[in-house]
Amino acid sequence: MKNTIRQVFHSPKFVIGFVIFFGILLLSIIYPLVHPGDPLESVFIGSDRGSFTPPGTYFSLYDATSSFRTNLNPKSKTAADRAVVSISDEQRVRMVTWLTAMEIDMDGVDTTDNEALLEIWKANYDESAKPKGMTKSERNACKRLNADLSSSGKETPLKVTSDDESVKIKDIDPMNYVPVNQVKSIVKLPLGTDNFGRDVLKELVSAIGTSLLIGLVAGVIATFIGLVFGLLSGYVGGLVDDIIMFITNIFTVIPSFILLILINYSIGQEARGAMVVAVVIGLTSWTWTTRSVRSQVISLRNRDHVNLSKLSGHSLFRIVMTDILPYIASYVVMAFILQISSAILSEAQLSLLGLGPSTTKTATLGLMMNWAMLYSAHLGGSWWAYFPVIGVIALISFSLNLMNTGLDQVFNPTLRD
Amino acid sequence: MKGYRRYFGKKILWFIITLVVAVILNFILPRLMPADPVAAITGKMAQGVTDASTTKEIYERFQKVFGTDKPIVVQFFIFVKNALRGDFGFSFSQYPRTVSDIIGNAIPWTLALQLPAIIIGWLLGNLLGALAAYIRKGFDKVLMPLSMLFSAIPAFGMAVILLVLFAVKWKIAPVNGGYDIGMIPTFSWNFIKSVIAHYQLPFWSIVLVSIGGQAIGMRSMSIYELNADYVKYSRFLGISDRKIVGYVFRNAMLPQITGLALSIGTMMGGALVAEIVFSYPGLGSTMYKAVTSADYPLISATTLIITIMVLLSTFFLDIIYGFIDPRVKAAQFD
Repeated sequence: MKNTIRQVFHSPKFVIGFVIFFGILLLSIIYPLVHPGDPLESVFIGSDRGSFTPPGTYFSLYDATSSFRTNLNPKSKTAADRAVVSISDEQRVRMVTWLTAMEIDMDGVDTTDNEALLEIWKANYDESAKPKGMTKSERNACKRLNADLSSSGKETPLKVTSDDESVKIKDIDPMNYVPVNQVKSIVKLPLGTDNFGRDVLKELVSAIGTSLLIGLVAGVIATFIGLVFGLLSGYVGGLVDDIIMFITNIFTVIPSFILLILINYSIGQEARGAMVVAVVIGLTSWTWTTRSVRSQVISLRNRDHVNLSKLSGHSLFRIVMTDILPYIASYVVMAFILQISSAILSEAQLSLLGLGPSTTKTATLGLMMNWAMLYSAHLGGSWWAYFPVIGVIALISFSLNLMNTGLDQVFNPTLRD
Repeated sequence: MKGYRRYFGKKILWFIITLVVAVILNFILPRLMPADPVAAITGKMAQGVTDASTTKEIYERFQKVFGTDKPIVVQFFIFVKNALRGDFGFSFSQYPRTVSDIIGNAIPWTLALQLPAIIIGWLLGNLLGALAAYIRKGFDKVLMPLSMLFSAIPAFGMAVILLVLFAVKWKIAPVNGGYDIGMIPTFSWNFIKSVIAHYQLPFWSIVLVSIGGQAIGMRSMSIYELNADYVKYSRFLGISDRKIVGYVFRNAMLPQITGLALSIGTMMGGALVAEIVFSYPGLGSTMYKAVTSADYPLISATTLIITIMVLLSTFFLDIIYGFIDPRVKAAQFD
């Protein structure tokens, strides 16, 4: 046993899959401990839902205005644009034309320097002046240009007033800066919010937990039924084998997806919780395990050690437990891993059809996908509402498939590279 | 010939048995539903009617229309008799449209989308898998992780990703539907062009998803066969590499056909959900509408049609397998 496990962990594929899967599992366990709270609670107050808020760090404006302020020389692009006057080439030509027409001394003035040009313009411009050789329309254009220049440039300070609007409390200058750690109320939304105003990251982590649980429950049920049927069918044989294989063959061909739809629809809205869906998925997906266990057991049935056990008068239960199960354990584990991944996928597909867990108390990966589609997140560009969900589903099934392939190569030497 | 007859006879018998079981399940499961659908539709029709006897009258009339006033065994035989004639009754949500009318419009879309997509995905996947097994080295190293990643993405996920990239972001494909909303289905050039444009994204999302899984399966089957004793023996005999590769891939193909027969139900399930993402006018979207509006004659009929489609494709794959596998021809089939 110890040796087998060591062998398994020498397979790079298995190890990569294992690390990814347990990383996701740990995230779903640890994150809620670090950030407690109801994952399906809106981060907004009252009826303000703020549909699909983009990811980012949000801080309270109120706190920001009442915090300690300092005036900084703006270095960031937007702030610099606000503080420095931008003059277009067209405006520049017009300004220089007016100034030369008025025969103003331009020696030593660099006309490409915005601030110098603006300074000389402000000192000399006079609306009533009539420069030589300029038409009325050109003079009007200059008048508009002057108005533009004086309205842009430095922004007027924001006024924070009390209820009685005439009492001014403070002005906020564009140059005012506040250190982020002084703003007390900060909401971090690394993945934004969904249409109901819920924190997507929190919701996603809780959904991963629920979906993994659904996969586990469905996988355990399917593997258990498949194992019992496969052992009975393979070891006992005869009529039992015929009956079990008859049922198994029928349910391999009838698509389990259709059975899931019919059963889930029949259960009805009220009774369909996440665990009920998990049980139903488990009950409809055991056929694969039955088939592979049966074929393994048939090849084991007539081995010498099994015959020896039979001659020694051991009970059926004991023979199965000690002489057969250990030999097929690796196949059962592999089947179990695949069951988990297909159950998670089944839940997601059912939820997209509107037949998943009909609960508003818990989130699953499928339900999150369903909500995102219902509110057209994909058409509105709100990638954070659906893309992480697809990514997580793909990552979970990728890691499980990788683990399965790794195990396959360890136990089937013919498949090794 | 005897081998063929036995093989096909067995397959036909299984087809009939599974069909009967599927029809029975299809009939019984929705009728176990706790809520009374006739009461629901009566409630909708009798909105504003305060008179109890009028409501009762409406309820009884709908019971008669939908045949729910008879015992369940009688209902079953009526259901089978009507289903054989292609009559599935009226749709609850789109009353007075009949279910067979709605489904009849949806079937061609689903068939035209899924059949080519699954076949092409299967062929491309097998080709890539076989090449990866034969060439190995760099090709294998790049292709296999990619295949594993692609096969891990669910069909609806791939559909959403393609939709967002090609239709929403780059605007080179239509967002949803089977053809432009303003158009009337005719055999005009414009209509065909619109249908082809709307076909691309759903088609490629199904193909891309199925390639990965098939390539992985074909690769490991081919590697297994390439290491088989008959290959080594043939090499000793000096048979050309080309001929050996032909034998190997023929042998590796057989389990792949069985694999397709066994997984076609799962693949179609995924593809049906992908249809919903595009609001493609096929059976998947029809089922979605039926589920959201609690239209149980429509659900029952859609699931039945999909089951029959899956059973038929499994059956045909079994028949094809019979022709390809030489053991069936040699009447050694057990």
